[in-house]
Amino acid sequence: MNRYLLPLFIFIALVILLAVGLSLDPRKVPSPFIGKPAPAFNLPQLHDDSKIIKPADFKGHVWLLNVWASWCVSCRQEHPLLMELANSKQVPVYGLNYKDDQADAILWLKQWGNPYQASAFDSAGGTGIDWGVYGVPETFVIDKDGIIRHKHIGALKRSDLDETIMPLVKKLQSAAQG
Amino acid sequence: MIPELGNFALILALSMALVQASLPVIGAWKNIPEWIALARPAAWMQLLFILIAFGCLTYTFIVHDFSVAYVAHNSNTQLPLLYRVSAVWGGHEGSLLLWALSLSIWTGAVTLFSRSVPQAMVARVVGVMGMVSVGFLLFMILTSNPFERLFPVPMEGRDLNPLLQDFGLVIHPPMLYMGYVGFSVAFAFAIAAMLGGRLDAAWAKWSRPWTNIAWMFLTLGIALGSWWAYYELGWGGWWFWDPVENASFMPWLMGTALMHSLATTEKRGSFKAWTVLLAIFAFSLSLLGTFLVRSGVLTSVHAFATDPTRGVFILIFLAVVVGGSLLLYAIRAPQIRSASQFDLVSRDTALLFNNVILVVACISILLGTLYPLVVDALGIGKISVGPPYFNSVFIPLTMPLAILVGVGAMMRWKHDEITRLTRKLWPVLLASIVIGIVLMMLYTSEVKVMAVVGIVLALWVTGTTLLGFWDRIKGKGNVLRALGKVPLGFYGMSVAHLGIGVFIVGITLTSLYSTEKDVRLVPGEKYELGGYEFTFKGVTRKKGPNYIAHEGNLHVTKDNKLIAFLQPQKRIYRTQPKPMTEAAIDAGLTRDLFVALGEPLGAENAWSVRLYHKPFIRWIWLGAVFMALGGLLAACDKRYRQQNKRNENKRAVV
Repeated sequence: MNRYLLPLFIFIALVILLAVGLSLDPRKVPSPFIGKPAPAFNLPQLHDDSKIIKPADFKGHVWLLNVWASWCVSCRQEHPLLMELANSKQVPVYGLNYKDDQADAILWLKQWGNPYQASAFDSAGGTGIDWGVYGVPETFVIDKDGIIRHKHIGALKRSDLDETIMPLVKKLQSAAQG
Repeated sequence: MIPELGNFALILALSMALVQASLPVIGAWKNIPEWIALARPAAWMQLLFILIAFGCLTYTFIVHDFSVAYVAHNSNTQLPLLYRVSAVWGGHEGSLLLWALSLSIWTGAVTLFSRSVPQAMVARVVGVMGMVSVGFLLFMILTSNPFERLFPVPMEGRDLNPLLQDFGLVIHPPMLYMGYVGFSVAFAFAIAAMLGGRLDAAWAKWSRPWTNIAWMFLTLGIALGSWWAYYELGWGGWWFWDPVENASFMPWLMGTALMHSLATTEKRGSFKAWTVLLAIFAFSLSLLGTFLVRSGVLTSVHAFATDPTRGVFILIFLAVVVGGSLLLYAIRAPQIRSASQFDLVSRDTALLFNNVILVVACISILLGTLYPLVVDALGIGKISVGPPYFNSVFIPLTMPLAILVGVGAMMRWKHDEITRLTRKLWPVLLASIVIGIVLMMLYTSEVKVMAVVGIVLALWVTGTTLLGFWDRIKGKGNVLRALGKVPLGFYGMSVAHLGIGVFIVGITLTSLYSTEKDVRLVPGEKYELGGYEFTFKGVTRKKGPNYIAHEGNLHVTKDNKLIAFLQPQKRIYRTQPKPMTEAAIDAGLTRDLFVALGEPLGAENAWSVRLYHKPFIRWIWLGAVFMALGGLLAACDKRYRQQNKRNENKRAVV
């Protein structure tokens, strides 16, 4: 045994510590908003400043909140699907118009069609932060009790709707209000 | 097509690295000249392939190829060209590629500038660097391939993190990595010397200029990071003891110790085993920093996206590289004999003292950085260790270092007389105290004890360094001629030590005399801070390429003269939810005026505005620039080239 082995032993202890550290890391939690009540907001409607939208209004219904903006390229991608969904009248879709210019947003809906029952106008993006939005588009599923049940990040694809979102919506719709 | 080409180039680089890591080392061991000769071409080919891969990645960024996942995650069609290029190293995968490129450049440089080193030694050094490269390339190809495709192809990229869309961040990572990776050269020389079984002073001489240059890059890289944090994060601070900052600071401390220890080993043949250990430590800490930043074991403001498989890979890699080196050290070190003796009062002792302090400081930072992890691993809870710990440990530890820096440089090797030193030094001490007190009284009416201590210390460092320099040239007739005779190494040392003095002035005055104020201002309103009058002229809206901004307008006047027109911004990037604060700074040698825009406050177009007056903050980075310049000067000393010439002459004669 010689003293020159000491650095090696200390290092081995350090490696063990780091290995334990690796297995610990619990920082990654799925979206902290799932299963939590939808954050409240109180925003003017995009098309009519004098009317206010707030999540409490939809209590007793299952509804979708779609975060969108006229500058968002991927929103164009999912737009036809949203139109289809709105026309099928299976579930109401509300919009959260995020960091947008009011005139641009209204023009955009006029040009491509408006799938939303109404859109809340969040020009400063404050509500987006409350909802943990980190990219546009995002789509939330909210149940009859106002609890967020699902969050989809990025443009919706048909498979997302058919395999995840619509089955969940059907299930939530048939459940009794708690 | 281009991304596949890049991917292919990466794989070719890996195969070259495998050749480079094996054949030359075996050749040096079995004495096969053909295999030894493979070291240089293998290193060059590896460099070429990594350059191709790097070029391919840059190209995919420039043309917005969002089919490549890494590009889609870190770029956007609205992103300006400069940031598209720097986005290449803006994320985990690309920064690894930069790491590998930098390692390859260092290896190439070693093959070019080591003509005086025996061929077998070069083969071992290049081989060891090849082994490190194999690890990094495998890591990249297996867990973090920057060329991975994405399907379906998104129409728009997610954009580069706005914090990174800044000029400071364009050059900070390359500098830092050149520093981190540069320590691999001293490491490779140390391992090669142990493999060859010849741990004489020669390896120390060969490693010295490399270590100096790596240290210079690291110094600049850290200073740039600190400067960036100062103006970009908008908090007005310049060092936060964040785990990632610590990860770059620990190798710096160890590298500083290594530079001094290498000098002792080369000149006096002492500290041999210790120097080898420091070379291993300095590079190991660079690797540990990489692990800490990328594995997600610690939380930090700028940790990369985390992924457990990556963490496991780096940990295994770290264990192999560092564990292997320390094992080799345990086998070889007992055979090393450090012959030389020295007295208590001698430059040798001073350098030993320097080493002990730097290493202890480094370990205390390591402890503080890892302590939250230890507590977590033991299941006690989650805590974080912050600036109070680091400041209260680090500052008292390094004070003696500043006291001794100039004195140590004046001391003689092996033996010196205490009486000779005190006779020389007491006038400097007296002058430092008197001038320090007078300067502080002239500077401010509010003299603080700690400020006087700091300024006296800075003057003392400066005075003793200049005195040491004067010792070198006095009594040699013509001053200019004598100046020309002083070796560059000595210039380098003196300039770097003066940098410490400059740095101390900066931190002392900034930390004790900074003033800051959060104020609510309506357009037209004035506020006075640090003798300057700030007039708020309201906020206008601005549109940038990929963001919109509120821009505040402030006139700054002093004695009714317009000093500056500051326009701080609050930016909202379309792809990020959080607004970004762009501070406006009027920089000056004796003070910075720093303004950050807060939030709109309701009626009358009022805004919250944060104003700072930061005296002498530039001196902090100026000190770092002095130190880096010192490192560069020392590396350029002609004695590192003389040997080359002598050998060439010998060759010519033969």
